[in-house]
Amino acid sequence: MAKPRTYVLVPIDTNTVTAGAREVKNAISAEIGKRGLSDEITVVETAAFGPTDAGVLVAVQPDNVVYANITVANVAEIVEEHFVKGRQCKKFILAGEKPVLPKAGETDSRKLQELGRIVLDNCGVIDPENIKEYIARDGYFALGKTVTELKPEEVIKVMKDSGLRGRGGAGFPTGLKWSFCAPVKSKEKYVICNADEGEPGTFKDRLIMEGDPHKVIEGMTICGYAIGGNKGFIYIRGEYKLSIQRLQKAISDAREYGFLGKKIFGSTFSFDIEIKIGAGAYVCGEETALIESMEGKRGLPRLKPPFPAQCGFRGKPTNVNNVETLANVPPIIRNGADWFKKFGTAGTPGTKVYTVLGHINRPGLIEVPTGVTLREVIYGYGGGMKSGKFHFAQLGGTAGDILGEEMLDVPLDYDAMQKNGHVLGSGAILIVNDSVDIKDFLYSCMKFFVHESCGNCNPCRNGLKIIKDITQRLKEKKGYEDDIDGMEEISMILKSSAFCPLGQSPAEPIMSALRYFKEEIKQGIDSKAVKPTIRHTQRDLITLAPV
Amino acid sequence: MTVSEIVDRRGNNRENLLQILHDIQDSSGDNSIHRDAIEELAKIMDITVADITGTLSFYTMFSTKPRGRHIIRLCESPPCYIMGSENILDALQKKLGVKLGETTPDKKFTLEPSSCLGTCGVAPAMMIDDEVYGNLNAKKVSEIIDSISKSGGN
Ligand SMILES: Cc1cc2nc3c(=O)[nH]c(=O)nc-3n(C[C@H](O)[C@H](O)[C@H](O)COP(=O)(O)O)c2cc1C
Ligand code: SF4
Repeated sequence: MAKPRTYVLVPIDTNTVTAGAREVKNAISAEIGKRGLSDEITVVETAAFGPTDAGVLVAVQPDNVVYANITVANVAEIVEEHFVKGRQCKKFILAGEKPVLPKAGETDSRKLQELGRIVLDNCGVIDPENIKEYIARDGYFALGKTVTELKPEEVIKVMKDSGLRGRGGAGFPTGLKWSFCAPVKSKEKYVICNADEGEPGTFKDRLIMEGDPHKVIEGMTICGYAIGGNKGFIYIRGEYKLSIQRLQKAISDAREYGFLGKKIFGSTFSFDIEIKIGAGAYVCGEETALIESMEGKRGLPRLKPPFPAQCGFRGKPTNVNNVETLANVPPIIRNGADWFKKFGTAGTPGTKVYTVLGHINRPGLIEVPTGVTLREVIYGYGGGMKSGKFHFAQLGGTAGDILGEEMLDVPLDYDAMQKNGHVLGSGAILIVNDSVDIKDFLYSCMKFFVHESCGNCNPCRNGLKIIKDITQRLKEKKGYEDDIDGMEEISMILKSSAFCPLGQSPAEPIMSALRYFKEEIKQGIDSKAVKPTIRHTQRDLITLAPV
Repeated sequence: MTVSEIVDRRGNNRENLLQILHDIQDSSGDNSIHRDAIEELAKIMDITVADITGTLSFYTMFSTKPRGRHIIRLCESPPCYIMGSENILDALQKKLGVKLGETTPDKKFTLEPSSCLGTCGVAPAMMIDDEVYGNLNAKKVSEIIDSISKSGGN
């Protein structure tokens, strides 16, 4: 067979499937077959590589052309024009700046990494359901190196030296976390991949799992070797059907190739992975609640310490990491800590995957070095505001901070954010224009928290409801004179006394919104509104009611 | 599948409870977990009825109330909210003639609110059974419902 000269890449993911991506892919294959071009042109199913708002995408490589919003009806025309006549079909080409497209058939992944993609270097390039394509791009090389050349301590040392910090939200140093679990003596230890991803606006983990499931599996297996565990679990939300399906396929292929199972690469190390499916509860993303849920119980957070590293799943030492964190592991082991540190800032080396959404021209997935600014994200990668003027951004999901215009030029990394009193969070960047009232937005945030509170502790269960009621009054311009003070007070009580971070975190959006938009929030106060006399103050409600 | 078959397949172990409940719900015919199934499960797994009920009520994907054949889950989280999910809610309620949380009289659809579905790239979005529908507007919503109704789907 002739070596194919052209690749047609069709991303098949949750968004494009409903837009008809499978049908388009089949139509392209059929059309190419009909014209006798099958030997020269290969049609490949891949996963999302960036834009999420442009219907079915069709990328042609090496021509570096991306067609957008393609339907079956357009296929014949595109094939005729592009492949037979050799002219690009201008009217279907993706509007705006082109996403950075990795080249298909490009086997030198280092080149791609120079482009700044560490985690997503395979997404949208390989067929995620074909293990051979992953292997062809250095896949499982890091695992082989780990189990045949490195001691567990050495793996942990590389991870520590790399400076990788957890991408699940808190930014805890990964190597350090592994080093807590490794020395604990136990016959059984577990590696858990946290794929619960419930933070509104965050769907990077889904796209990583859909686009490059083997990378997550390889990362988990290396982690298992480093901490001395033989069993891994991926706890994934029940809604992520395509991710579940692709991970399942990837696990069984990896077993078949000997990358999972007994005596991996002829070493004495054995490891296997099982998928656990969640049932819809945001709080289960918190690592101890996740463990409870994995044990078949209500997902109530546990008291810490003991931390999972000592006493986790089944009471055994357990290491919990986010999907993106684990996906960073194979490239780090393969290329070394120094290589990794070349990316991003000193405090948070590497890249960060963000989902950028809201009122911008090009919502979607980006991977950028840590330290780029919000302005660059909005006006560079996001293509600018779609309509209206920039009003505020929310960073890291609903539990994240609301930032005003003043913050547009602060570098996005854990330390710089912290210095400014903010948190970087999970990787969602929501851009909102001036058509949205901040009070209305806060109300929507609080509605989310009230719904997701697990109800176990009193401050969160009652306090959130009080704040939600206040935001509702403010949004309806019926706020009482002291509502803003009340909101502030209750947020701070929550921050200091809620049992788990879910109850503590609503203080982030509330306090940051008050910092930048106090005047706008004050407009929700109605000076004539009469506050009903109540027996208890709001504070009493939280602090006196039985737990 | 009967309850005991499901337990056999998944393994009679507390850790598998969520998966077992998923399976029971999927094979119930009305997308819910019936009281008698819970009682049977309690006996087989030696867990109290209260414990099982407490566990399943914790998770939004489970229901003890009979639901329609198709479950519509509309995202209400902030990213969809700013893109107009309230209008979509209005459109759905009007089209189906039911309120949030209710089932249509013909038992075809149940309309439920949902937290983020992880499809914010195409906000406002909803999920019907396992499919995601994004970039919604009132017209699109109406067409989607019509096409599912017509296909008489199961
Ligand atoms: C309410 C709540 C929800 C969370 N949701 C997630 C989640 O969906 N995914 C995740 O990786 N971490 C989530 N976390 C953070 C985890 O508890 C934990 O810190 C993380 O999985 C550790 O992984 P990392 O060190 O790789 O970041 C959540 C935390 C809280 C308090
Ligand atoms: S803070 Fe909220 S979510 Fe956390 S344990 Fe308390 S009630 Fe549950």
